[in-house]
Amino acid sequence: MLEKLILNHYEAAAVILSGIGLTNLLLQRNLIKKIIGLNIMDTAVYLFLAAKGYVAGRAAPILIEGEKAGEWITNSAVYANPVPAGLVLTGIVVSVSVTAFALALTLKLYESYGTLNIDEALMKMTLQQEELEAKIEAQEEELIS
Amino acid sequence: MNEEIKAIWRSFYDWVVGNGPRPENEVIPDEPPPDLPFTRKPKDKFSRFHEATLKERYNQWMEIHGLHMFSALYSGISVLTCIVIVSLLLATVAELPPFGDERNPANNEVIRRYVERGGKETGAQNIVAGLILDYRAFDTFGESAVLFTAAVSVLMLLGASRRNNADDEQAMKGNDSGKNFMQRGPPSVRLHTFRRDDAILRGVASLSMPVIMMMGCVVVINGHLSPGGGFSGGAILSTALILCANAYGFERVHSFFNERTFITTSSTALMIYALSKGYSFFTGANDIHSVIPKGTIGNILSGGLILPLNICVGLIVAGTLYGFYALFSEGEI
Amino acid sequence: MIDSFAFNIPFISIFMAMIAAIITPLLPKRNRIPEKLSCWVIFIIGMLSAYLLYALTNSGQSLSFNFKMGHFPAPYGNELRAGPLEAVLSLFFSFSMLLSLTGNFSSTEEDIAPNRRQIFCVLINLLMASLLALTYTNDIFTAYVFIEINTIAACSIVAVKESPETARAALRYLVMSLVGSGLVLIAICLLYDLTGHLLMQNMHTAIQALVATKSYIMPLTVSLALITTGLAVKSALYPFAFWLPDAHGSSTNTSSAILSGLVLKGHIFLLIKIFYRVFGLDVIHILRMDTVIFILGLLAMIMGSVHALRQTNVKRMIAWSSVAQVGYIFLGVGLNTPAGIAAACLHIIVHACVKPMLFTAAGGLSNAAGHKKGLHALMGTFYSNVWAGLGLITGAFSMMGIPAFAGFASKLSLTMASFDHPVIVWSLAALAASSVLNALYYVPAVIVILTHNKNMNNNFSAPPPTRLYKISMTCFLAMNFYLGLFCMPLLRLITRGVNVL
Repeated sequence: MLEKLILNHYEAAAVILSGIGLTNLLLQRNLIKKIIGLNIMDTAVYLFLAAKGYVAGRAAPILIEGEKAGEWITNSAVYANPVPAGLVLTGIVVSVSVTAFALALTLKLYESYGTLNIDEALMKMTLQQEELEAKIEAQEEELIS
Repeated sequence: MNEEIKAIWRSFYDWVVGNGPRPENEVIPDEPPPDLPFTRKPKDKFSRFHEATLKERYNQWMEIHGLHMFSALYSGISVLTCIVIVSLLLATVAELPPFGDERNPANNEVIRRYVERGGKETGAQNIVAGLILDYRAFDTFGESAVLFTAAVSVLMLLGASRRNNADDEQAMKGNDSGKNFMQRGPPSVRLHTFRRDDAILRGVASLSMPVIMMMGCVVVINGHLSPGGGFSGGAILSTALILCANAYGFERVHSFFNERTFITTSSTALMIYALSKGYSFFTGANDIHSVIPKGTIGNILSGGLILPLNICVGLIVAGTLYGFYALFSEGEI
Repeated sequence: MIDSFAFNIPFISIFMAMIAAIITPLLPKRNRIPEKLSCWVIFIIGMLSAYLLYALTNSGQSLSFNFKMGHFPAPYGNELRAGPLEAVLSLFFSFSMLLSLTGNFSSTEEDIAPNRRQIFCVLINLLMASLLALTYTNDIFTAYVFIEINTIAACSIVAVKESPETARAALRYLVMSLVGSGLVLIAICLLYDLTGHLLMQNMHTAIQALVATKSYIMPLTVSLALITTGLAVKSALYPFAFWLPDAHGSSTNTSSAILSGLVLKGHIFLLIKIFYRVFGLDVIHILRMDTVIFILGLLAMIMGSVHALRQTNVKRMIAWSSVAQVGYIFLGVGLNTPAGIAAACLHIIVHACVKPMLFTAAGGLSNAAGHKKGLHALMGTFYSNVWAGLGLITGAFSMMGIPAFAGFASKLSLTMASFDHPVIVWSLAALAASSVLNALYYVPAVIVILTHNKNMNNNFSAPPPTRLYKISMTCFLAMNFYLGLFCMPLLRLITRGVNVL
């Protein structure tokens, strides 16, 4: 198994990276670090895909001009796999959009609670609610009396 | 002499740290004496006390709501999940087809067709461009829509609401601009501001901005001939805008690129994309002859719809990335 | 053969929703033009889907067709696919979406700041487009792209109501969703590496060949597990459902209705398609994924209701009840037979009609109680807003599975589907237990709203329900009774759809 892992070392590195990213995403309490974890995970996927596009000894998938002008080498044994490149491009754009959106939400959270920790925000919210409820109860009691 | 050196040093320090320019007649207090051991300033004490109480409250609250157990359980489960997932994936990777082998299942007849007939069928020299903008164009359309979704969402979260708050306060309190600024909230969020009158930055920017712009346009326009395309070229163009904003101030960019232009260009470009691709999908699915010429491979005017689509995508990406930057640092485009 | 207009309907519906989303920011904001545009577009999409369904059922032998997006046939370009099941789902999705929009029109205007409404309409259109694309797509990578559109748009419509709580809920939702879509992306990459295709049919052929030769079993199992986990996180299967009550409970009523009723269902239907069209039910059984899904479904049915029992906020209660209902759907998927999947699809439709109605009704009732959401505050509100009260009662009875209400039909078909299955005892026990648990929290709610409140605050007078609210509620009620009383033709249609899936 180790031999095969060494053979597929790019994929193995990608998998370990995605593990690091996933751990960050799940375990960090700080939202910015969570988002960084997410980006690491996405990068790992790009590495995996790039490794999948590589074929030993083949060139990048951009047509090369043949010996005569206007003639193109279209032998499929010359070029590497173009599909993963397209998938990586899509992945990058998606990850940029998602990161920007997540950061905007984080900024909103920070504006409301002054913290980047989701649990602390929950605490502040509950405390606020408890205070509010206490106030309402006091008001109602006043009304009744 | 000594004072002058101090002043230069200070302004250099400010520039490095990113503080704004100091008022000219600023009184500089003497440096505070270094901390001696076993002395603690009252303020420091107070802040620590404050911190402790907050932390205590947090702990109390966590205990009351039984969250300590929960968060311990959560961390345990997460660690376990991650370990399981990584080890499973490693075992998987060991069994995958070997790296770089041309007999892998991924190198099949689909790839052969893309390479052998891609040039003729799409007219693009760059096979990847032909792949993403012609063979699998629906995916790429979705991808531009993702960017559009994120742009409107971020605009909704950061742009509209803050200006709205400011407007409300203005309506309530008249034109008390100082107070308005204090209550706006964002100052605490705005992490740093650049000096806007920096000669070095301006000089470098005026030299490099045309080059960057040019580079971006080249990458966009040659998308079907060479590596690059709308997404990477748009990203380069947006860096030129960001550089301009930093060197000359956001107001300068604002004069030709504001929220309205941003929305109009993004929507219009995406609309052109949707309509032209919709035409090509429609004709393709119903086997109608499409009037779009493919051109000869290698010419700048080739590749059918790929060139205009790349320009549209470039506009969207440039606008959106600059928009993100402006929204995050200034709160408006 | 199907006529050429109906042939283009899947493409037209997706592009209509997309173009509506793109053009909305350019429209003027006055006179509620963006809102009207969204409603009309969604209405037209619903009508088109109905016509597609009609054309498909009257087309003779070939019940389904592929629509190539572009000039290139199957394995080279993107493709859409439409059959009776897709048409039925998009029909119900669009009408449910439309009614959730119109029914909550006034509360949306209260909750959302004026300068956000236009963007809200953009997001609604994008959600509609992504749901349609998830329903119709025949390409697994297109599905991934539209999952991401769906994720961002869904989180934004949670955060569109400006309050600290929604920002927190949306972030939590976003983080969980991103974990889910990350897992799906990794699984798609693995599958691409193993099969060399991204189109569902070609992947299916390749996977069948791999399983027949017993090669790459381990990577196949892992990628199936990852894709299932990812979509289960996004569709709130129980152990991954803790984000749901926050997101659905705190957002504005329209968002809650759309998220609970439709967004979850889009992902579940994608999972069904992946099970059925990419792997094939026999491979799912060989890889043992059906058992896992079945057990998680059972767990969700029980635990969702147990959590709902402890809620005091009516919207959170309904949100937890969604978790239980998602459990029913996964139970049907876990049976791993065409009948089970047909029952699951019927429950998808039933839940897509009932849950938006419940949220709309709850919104109306809490408006009548002066924007309080606690259950005790709703006492006697039936008499101030009869339409909302009727909606809540019908929805509650439907969720409990009382005959003649919508939920009964799907529960019955789930039972029928599990009859010739070795797990019958478990599924019957779980169905019974879950129905009892449902009753335990829905009946008190019904009793509370029907009880006359003697010390009700007299100086507070809630605005009466608008005409639009009454019309939408009537449509919801009609849909419910249709599903409860005359669902057999629909079930037959779904079964035919599943057979050609």
